[in-house]
Amino acid sequence: MKGLFVLISVAAAIAATERIGPPPPQALAAQATAIDPKEMAVVEKIRARIEEQSKKTPRSGAYTVTVPNTVVTYTMAPVPAGEFTMGSSAADAKPDEKPAHNVKLDAFWMQAHEVTWDLYLMFMFADQAKETEHPDAMVDGLSRPTAPFLEMSFGRGNNGFPAISMTQHAANKFAQWLSAKTGEYYRLPTEAEWEYACRGGGKTPVAPAQLDEYAWFAKNSPAPPFTSGTYHKVGTKKPNAWGLYDMLGNVMEWTLDQYAPYSAAPAVNPWVRSAQPYPHAVRGGSWNDDETRVACSGRVASDLSWKKLDPQLPKSIWYMTNAQWLGFRLVHPAKLPSVEDMYHAWNNGVAVDPY
Amino acid sequence: MATKKEPTKIERRDFLKKTGTAAGVLAAGFPAIISGQSVTNSLKLGLVGCGGRGGGAAGQALTADPNNVLTAVADIDEQIAESAVTRLKNSQKYGSRVKIEGAFAGLDAYDKVISSVDVVILATPPGFRPQHLTAAINANKHVFCEKPCATDSPGVRQVIEAQKLAQQKNLSLVAGFCWRYNNMITEAVKQVKSGAIGRLVSHYSTYYTNPVKPIPPESARPAGMSDTEWQIRNWYNFTWTGGDSLVEQAVHNADKIMWMMDDKPPISAVGVGGRAVPANGGNIFDHFEVNYLFPNGYRVFLANRQSTGCYNGTFDYVMGTDGTLMLGGGPPRIETPDGKIKWQWQGEEYDMYQREHDVLFAAIRAGKPKNDDLNLATSSLLAIMGRHAAYSGQQITWEQALNSQVRLVPDPVVWNGKHEVPGLAIPGKTQAF
Repeated sequence: MKGLFVLISVAAAIAATERIGPPPPQALAAQATAIDPKEMAVVEKIRARIEEQSKKTPRSGAYTVTVPNTVVTYTMAPVPAGEFTMGSSAADAKPDEKPAHNVKLDAFWMQAHEVTWDLYLMFMFADQAKETEHPDAMVDGLSRPTAPFLEMSFGRGNNGFPAISMTQHAANKFAQWLSAKTGEYYRLPTEAEWEYACRGGGKTPVAPAQLDEYAWFAKNSPAPPFTSGTYHKVGTKKPNAWGLYDMLGNVMEWTLDQYAPYSAAPAVNPWVRSAQPYPHAVRGGSWNDDETRVACSGRVASDLSWKKLDPQLPKSIWYMTNAQWLGFRLVHPAKLPSVEDMYHAWNNGVAVDPY
Repeated sequence: MATKKEPTKIERRDFLKKTGTAAGVLAAGFPAIISGQSVTNSLKLGLVGCGGRGGGAAGQALTADPNNVLTAVADIDEQIAESAVTRLKNSQKYGSRVKIEGAFAGLDAYDKVISSVDVVILATPPGFRPQHLTAAINANKHVFCEKPCATDSPGVRQVIEAQKLAQQKNLSLVAGFCWRYNNMITEAVKQVKSGAIGRLVSHYSTYYTNPVKPIPPESARPAGMSDTEWQIRNWYNFTWTGGDSLVEQAVHNADKIMWMMDDKPPISAVGVGGRAVPANGGNIFDHFEVNYLFPNGYRVFLANRQSTGCYNGTFDYVMGTDGTLMLGGGPPRIETPDGKIKWQWQGEEYDMYQREHDVLFAAIRAGKPKNDDLNLATSSLLAIMGRHAAYSGQQITWEQALNSQVRLVPDPVVWNGKHEVPGLAIPGKTQAF
């Protein structure tokens, strides 16, 4: 070990003096698309479980899933296949919402509510998922968050409240964990799927005057002692036409996509794959935003500063210490994807922050 | 501790290498720092404790000044040291200033780092801090010292002496009580001190969170690993290495409490605590609640918990006759007794971890030593006092806490052989002083 350390250090010292500036984007993109054979083997096993399970439990309409060995449930709402205009052509729309363009999507189910702490804490702590009493080799071997050194709900409430402050990588790994546990395939929604679901089949799903009935945002979210606003229990406002709660406001939601400019070309099942750690696309606005930012077409780009309170090197790949308004929900596509797509939906390949 | 000859195993694990020539970076004879004078040349940094926080602090130190160079690292584990060096070298910002002349492993590795650098970063588990800090100050080095400064009262007393010596020697010594370097909280405390909430009445402070670094079961211990090594590798779970949750984590609350009190000590403390989840061979509690009595009848309630499936939250409610300062759950704000927000912080929050190092290196450069973070010892002791109160079940005075002879850290720490730790404290039986 001693000899190896010396060699590595010398080589790295030379490399460090020669290299100036950030690694080229191609290098990052190559890293993002690289396949780790060990992880691929895990994904293949989970996929086999999912294939088998889907034959036993065909899905139609809305349905409720109970996490095995627990009393925690979540509801999946069906989103029909269809087309919509993504983005906005309104004069006052933000530049990143343009050009509006046509998108065609396959059918999927979406979690009717944002992922709650009840669900997410089971992923963080195996004892909360009763996994010590009910071991499952496939689940036990999965990558899980390290214990946070900060308190990640920031006192805003756990039971029934949306989980917050996780990285996109963490949300992806949660999807993998939940897929392995339930035998049903989950991933983050693409940005297009998210916006389509948010619109609920209409062009303007919520009139500004009615926003208060559907969403928690800066104006209505304060609650003692959170005088400058906070998240609320999921599902306490009205759902949209497709039975989805809190798409607007409460917490912003991660999508699977890298944040990138739109193209005018029509698209079918678009997925902007990760090629660098930042930015990824985040949607829906939050309890912390004013009404103009709580809209189906509004986009937010993730940023390194969302980890400011993390003093470690490397910064955690699991927690966004400064994003107390950031959560997510998952989708279950009607069509089972290829093992490669499944791999990339759970492994963005860019989990480590630049520094 | 560990000043005697180390066990053979450690000696073999020690290693020193010179990459300077290969990398073409080692200029011989950096001038030694003369205290009280400004420094214009490169400063050599040494990192003691290469875990995630140590690596982070080294990165912040390198970011603080473009002339800083990291030249030496120490850890008990050479692989941990190796990973930290590799990570730091890979930085786009400061990787080219990681020019390791010496990487050392073992219990005495700190001493080798200290002797070869200008500024030392102390980021090992806190049980080792008094020994490391004393050695650094004795060797005339400037120091960044992580919190808490010790896990027992004898350690705190040693740190108090080291701080006095640093002042006499005009050395800089910045403490890792990060909130003191946060502009948002600093502004909130200023409000309190300028009378915005009237006369102080009480302070309720919480750190309810999840387990931080749970210890695996004894069955996971590799064959042949010594007690000491097992305990250090699982340092969070042993009082001698980590200090227990109140001292390691809720010490941030203790620091805010002392800040409100101008760092003047309390009169006494009474506390409760215990453990609900099996300790797996560790000996720390998973919850505490301590009630401190300060002069003028000011009462402080500090509660913490490290448990899954429970209510969580990290808050401070500083209550005065004219209002309450609230920290946590949004920007700091002051609410009047009739529920109105009288003041709320607005602005851009510093990166407080970076700020600590910016302040330290600016002070060194300017020849104006920064060594008045006396809360390093007093805030650590406030937490240790609370632990003593909860462990013993007794009412503890500040003097009893300060002068306690309960020594948790072995002297010397011996790598091999048996090192049994006391079981979980039993209130009414466990001695506090």
